[in-house]
Amino acid sequence: MKQKNHITFSLNGEQTEVAFAPHKTLLEVLREDLNLTGTKHGCELGECGTCAVLVDGRSILSCLMLGLEAEGREVKTIEGMAQGAELHPLQQTFADLGAAQCGYCSPGFLLVAEELLEKNPNPTRPEIQEALSGNLCRCTGYIKIYEAVELAAAKMRGEEYELPREAVYGLE
Amino acid sequence: MAKKSHLNIVGKPFRKVDARAKCVGQTKFADDIVLPRMLYCKILRSHLPHALIKNIDASKALDLPGVFAVVTGKDLPIPYGILPVSQDEHALCIHKVRFIGDPVAAVAAIDEDVAFEAMNLIEVEYESLNTVSSIEEAVMIDEPRIHEYGDSGNVHKKVSLEFGEVEDGFAEADLVREDIFFYEGNTHLPMEQHAAVAHYDSDKKITLWSSTQTPHYVHRALAKVLEIPASHIRVIATPNGGGFGGKSDPFNHEVIVCKLAMMTGRPVKATLTREEVFYCHRGRHPVLMKIKTGVKKDGAITGMHFQSFLDGGAYGSYGVASTFYTGALQTVTYNVPRYKFEGIRVFTNKPPCGPKRGHGTPQPRFGLEVQIDKIAEQLRIDPVAIRRNHLVEPNSVTANYLRIGSMGLGKCIDKVVNGSDWKNKFSGWDQTNRKLPFGKGIGIACSSYICGAGLPIYWNNMPQSGVQLRLDRQGGVCVMCGSTDIGQGSDSILAYIVAEILGIDPFDIRVVTADTDLTPVDLGSYSSRVTLMTGNAAIQAAERARELLVMAVSEKLDVPIENLSLAERRVFDVENPDTGVSFAEAVVLAESKFGTIGTVGSYTPPRSPGKYKGSGVGPSPAYSYSAAVAEVDVDPNTGLVVVERVWIAHDIGKSINPMLVMGQVEGSVYMALGETLMEEMAYRTNRNVVHKFPSMLEYKSPTTLEMCDVKTYLIEDPDPNGPYGAKEVGQGPLLPVPPAVANAVYDAVGVRIDEVPITPEKVLKALREKSRGRDGRYGPDSVPRVDWPDPLRVLTPAEGGDGKEMPRVAVHS
Repeated sequence: MKQKNHITFSLNGEQTEVAFAPHKTLLEVLREDLNLTGTKHGCELGECGTCAVLVDGRSILSCLMLGLEAEGREVKTIEGMAQGAELHPLQQTFADLGAAQCGYCSPGFLLVAEELLEKNPNPTRPEIQEALSGNLCRCTGYIKIYEAVELAAAKMRGEEYELPREAVYGLE
Repeated sequence: MAKKSHLNIVGKPFRKVDARAKCVGQTKFADDIVLPRMLYCKILRSHLPHALIKNIDASKALDLPGVFAVVTGKDLPIPYGILPVSQDEHALCIHKVRFIGDPVAAVAAIDEDVAFEAMNLIEVEYESLNTVSSIEEAVMIDEPRIHEYGDSGNVHKKVSLEFGEVEDGFAEADLVREDIFFYEGNTHLPMEQHAAVAHYDSDKKITLWSSTQTPHYVHRALAKVLEIPASHIRVIATPNGGGFGGKSDPFNHEVIVCKLAMMTGRPVKATLTREEVFYCHRGRHPVLMKIKTGVKKDGAITGMHFQSFLDGGAYGSYGVASTFYTGALQTVTYNVPRYKFEGIRVFTNKPPCGPKRGHGTPQPRFGLEVQIDKIAEQLRIDPVAIRRNHLVEPNSVTANYLRIGSMGLGKCIDKVVNGSDWKNKFSGWDQTNRKLPFGKGIGIACSSYICGAGLPIYWNNMPQSGVQLRLDRQGGVCVMCGSTDIGQGSDSILAYIVAEILGIDPFDIRVVTADTDLTPVDLGSYSSRVTLMTGNAAIQAAERARELLVMAVSEKLDVPIENLSLAERRVFDVENPDTGVSFAEAVVLAESKFGTIGTVGSYTPPRSPGKYKGSGVGPSPAYSYSAAVAEVDVDPNTGLVVVERVWIAHDIGKSINPMLVMGQVEGSVYMALGETLMEEMAYRTNRNVVHKFPSMLEYKSPTTLEMCDVKTYLIEDPDPNGPYGAKEVGQGPLLPVPPAVANAVYDAVGVRIDEVPITPEKVLKALREKSRGRDGRYGPDSVPRVDWPDPLRVLTPAEGGDGKEMPRVAVHS
């Protein structure tokens, strides 16, 4: 019989206990043992960035981290990004601008973008591209994602920021 | 009926109705579904590219604790396939395997680990067969045949059509050019791997949740293969985590989980690994092309003879349609008075090819647009002018009987030419007097795409899309439609249109889609058909509901029907806006008067003027148009091509939601960029025909660091057949980008790369050739010899043809 190991860690701000087979990745523990299916998988080999979560504030690929390594650490998934019913500004702008088309890569992008804005509240476009370069998106061509990050960053800085008209309607 | 001139919802950038759920992790994709007592399925796949199955021994797997069932091909003997003419797949191979990855047996077990272990305990005895790995081999090698059907040997399908006498066109031409091009195969690479969950209930009914773009076709295939009535099968398409055409076939894992659920009486789930998704494929066909085009001195085309050679992989899939599509849309951009098309699709021992964004049309468009550039150079005409001056007329019929409605390509060209400052960048074929420095270049190309296939995949006279509305007496509205949201926003389009007509907010509406038990049939998310067809069906259903509401309110308020307007959740008198009722009250009045309020709408495309055999592929209610200018930076030392910027203009007819249209344009440019520069389905060329890199790391696709800047223009030239004039945008804007980049590379460094992807090695080879005084071209030099059948001859509309083929005349020697 397989043995289960037991860990305690902080998950989206809540102390969480879970028991699972020791070979399971954090991705599997989150999805299968904790029913947090918001974290997605695209390759399970560390190639696509889809399964990114934040561990102690840093983005990691949950498919490459053993669940056991989460013991005592702070893990944040897409389900923990909103403050109660209030969406994180990034979640709002991703939704409002169509930065989530199929939405499958969105949880990973959102968490990596949150980490970026935490470190750099006013990133340039190249800095955003650099930060998000480990996440693949096949739908958007990334452009609406950049725009959503820029808009959210401005909101979080408390600035008035209007998206250029051409982002929504195209050039005249 | 009062005609609304002012639009409150349509044309506005509302967020998608499912956008927030996707941003908080609430959207349930297929693999997110977990049912009590659920078993996990793993599929054993062939490690040989072509072999007979001599024996399968699953006894060790069945003995493993935790294994509930093993299924093999003999349990599922009935073949299926997306096209009625290509029912050539089995859920599990019975007598032979045809490519590495072909499914052979499947296991249902208590968890994924046990299922995996059991899968590896299944023993299969094979007898290897010789393989066929390329178009050239398939044309030459008749034995062994990969399939026992098809036109001959390993040729799946040959077609030959001629509209007018193409030789007459060449005779009156001032210049006749022949060019050969190759477009490598590539794959959809949706971020979500395919997954399916089956539940078999105590009344022997099956429910399948699956990441499919075509639940209706899956429903039909399951009824056939499982031999149970369709009425006992329910298919629910879960939101697709990206489709791009890769989830449009009925798939073996969908059949297998249903069968395993029936065998075990427990729910069964299969989630494919990324490697398995590469084997499912159905992506872009590799296509070799030979184009012979005659032109007058001013660039007017007098005749075109197009030949395409498609590497179909191991199964039919959509391939017959793909073959016709490689020859269908050459005529809808520039006037082509005489046109001949010959196409051949072959079977090879590789994962099957099928439809990917642009289905069969990006390959010929690449060849055609690069050839036009070469013709322009030879005639010393500006590449913009040669295109702009010979556009097909709106409201015309092409030589191959495609009916053009609105046609905004001229405006598209003007936008990208002005926006890119073409005049001050393009050197005018004069390399000695360059406007951009050597290494920098600019290129243009145009394209067109269908807004929905004119005909359904299986022959029938029923609507292609149905929408049903139910109005709740408390003011709620439920829209039900079989359409499938793959990220493009089709659920939202239904909500916007119904909200517009009923004067409510899109977020008041509950959208229920892609459930064969609950929703009227819509054929699925393919051929860029959804906005046009579901949109028209939704308009009809909503207008019918509106009619019931205004009749009831008119009676109650004693206001003439034609004076009533629906907006801001009210039904009111336009001449005296204070006189009115709330939307919910209007529903109560209507329900009191007529009974429960439900309406339906449906859409059937107009009949095509083409009546010849083969005329089913190409007709569409409308055609979208795109033009693109690409600016590139080519490093002559490394051959590396960087696309710096793409200006793209798309004739959308009318944007139902411009923000979502922008997203589709940008996403299309992105996907095109990947195909143009790096993506390829590459196989080892020895006899093993094994995929070189079935992984996301090694199958190179653009990251944020490769994606170019995109400048988008939306051209609104409403089409009478589109809902509010809308045309498609999901696929068309991909098409002009690969040839625009190839033409820009030529402008930058003076070499012609006549195939995609345009990799550094190819650029370097061409530059080396050029430095040795040769013509500086990289691309195929020849096409295989094929015995083409006599063409089916059709008189063109200009020649007084009636759209039917001419009777074949017996030739006596």
